[in-house]
Amino acid sequence: MRYLPAALGLVILALSPMFGDYLVTVLGFAAIYAIFVIGLNFFMGYAGQVSFGQNAFAAIGGYTSAILTANYDWGLLPAFAVGVVGAGMAAFVVGYPALRLRGHYLAMATLALGLIVYEIAVEWDSMTQGYMGISGIPPLALGGWEILDPHWQLYFLSAIVVLALFAANRLKKSRFGNALLAISGSESAAQALGVDIAYYKLAAFVIAAIYAAVAGSLMVHFVGFVSPEVFGLNMVIAGFMMLYVGGIGSTLGPILGACIISLLPEIFRGFKDYQDLAFGAALILILIFAPKGVASFGRFFARGRRN
Amino acid sequence: MKLLELAGVTKQFGGLTAVDDVGFSIEAGTISAIIGPNGAGKTTLFNMISGFLAPTRGTVSFDGQDVTGMRAVDIAARGLIRTFQLVQLFPDLTAFENVRIGAHLQSTGDIWAALWRGRRVREQTRMVDRMAMELLDFVGLEDRAGIGATELTYGQQRLLEIARALAARPRLLLLDEPAAGLNQEETGNLALIVRQIVAQGVTVLIIEHDMRLIMDIASKIIVLDFGKKLAEGGPEQVQNDPRVLEAYLGGVDYA
Repeated sequence: MRYLPAALGLVILALSPMFGDYLVTVLGFAAIYAIFVIGLNFFMGYAGQVSFGQNAFAAIGGYTSAILTANYDWGLLPAFAVGVVGAGMAAFVVGYPALRLRGHYLAMATLALGLIVYEIAVEWDSMTQGYMGISGIPPLALGGWEILDPHWQLYFLSAIVVLALFAANRLKKSRFGNALLAISGSESAAQALGVDIAYYKLAAFVIAAIYAAVAGSLMVHFVGFVSPEVFGLNMVIAGFMMLYVGGIGSTLGPILGACIISLLPEIFRGFKDYQDLAFGAALILILIFAPKGVASFGRFFARGRRN
Repeated sequence: MKLLELAGVTKQFGGLTAVDDVGFSIEAGTISAIIGPNGAGKTTLFNMISGFLAPTRGTVSFDGQDVTGMRAVDIAARGLIRTFQLVQLFPDLTAFENVRIGAHLQSTGDIWAALWRGRRVREQTRMVDRMAMELLDFVGLEDRAGIGATELTYGQQRLLEIARALAARPRLLLLDEPAAGLNQEETGNLALIVRQIVAQGVTVLIIEHDMRLIMDIASKIIVLDFGKKLAEGGPEQVQNDPRVLEAYLGGVDYA
């Protein structure tokens, strides 16, 4: 039972050569979003905080990669590193004061952060080319070898998802992860037991930002183009849908959610004008029958077997 | 040795003085109790000792060091651990997981340790897991280890909170009304557990309404009324103090 999700993932990847390029590209986006949502899950699922502004860090990672590789001919890896470290530092600087806020106030502050970064991407014409966006961003590459076949891009992205998940799982099942769960459960009790809640919230926020920046950087190389819209509010909404449909606080939820939310609209494409309606209805049904997300089904079966 | 010392501790909320010029000291290795009618300022006093509230005036010293106005986490790190009047468990976690988190101060390692998970970290995890089971065993919850914290009975939740506090290896344990909502048998069991805790070298300061429990286990009793210290002394001394009798028997019956 434990290995069922991994086996399922392998089967999908093994079958993927039979998929058309279009479906493979959709799965590629799902993989990138999965990384974004694994980070979001860290901050929201484990630490129990709320952020509507993770797209800001995806934008920092994505635009740094785009500008340095397309405009300044940097290598992919150094540009990626600068973007990710930059996003982590930005999260530290912003999070230090903002994380004193809680609940709705924190939600508003982080929402503002996302909007500010969006505005910067629009207005800083000389660097970002505003709404026009930056094109000619080199494709994903591994050690100088450019990955052009969508199937191989999917394998590459899947490998990164596995790494991201592995790291997240190790962090969750540790003293560090326990401290986050404590904060989520009761801030008073956590403090009384010596858990420095300000420090752990900030650490979770920075980790989530790093995941977002990794996703943002992969996104621009995958698409070959970036404009402010790529990291707009739609990214926040998609991330939330994936997190809640997949199962907030669960290990595999982000990946399940990313796959479902990415694939569902494609399944309903035949409905033409009613596609959005069918998608919305499907979301509602999922949340009625799996209020804790699709990942909770797995736990349900696992529990049934143990008893 | 005086483990805890309060001098002139006062807390004002706007115009209201919740705790007024309270001073006392607690000897290491003893069980002491704070009693008083509802609203006497007991929990406010606890909050000031444990760093959840800063006193308006006065000083709190723990183990000879001034800890007045320090952050709660820093006071906890010195070995002063508290429980709450309204049980504060981690509701989504099991009893075992709750106690394991209590060992936060007894373990080390952060992000890198978690990612690398080296031999030292794995050994520490085993040590913490073993300690958590021992503590569940100690409070009699060993067979509830895998049960969600909120699925436990109220009395079990109280015991779980104590086990979790013990996982932090406190030097001074503050218990805020641990017998509230317990039946007679559970209260008797609690008295036994508190005695065993002290026998292991932990000092206990307890807020409690249950007079039988207090008179049974405490060697020193501090009586608060309207934020002021009314009396202080051994059980007999306090029971026969005319001011205490006045406050308790002359006033509204609260127990």
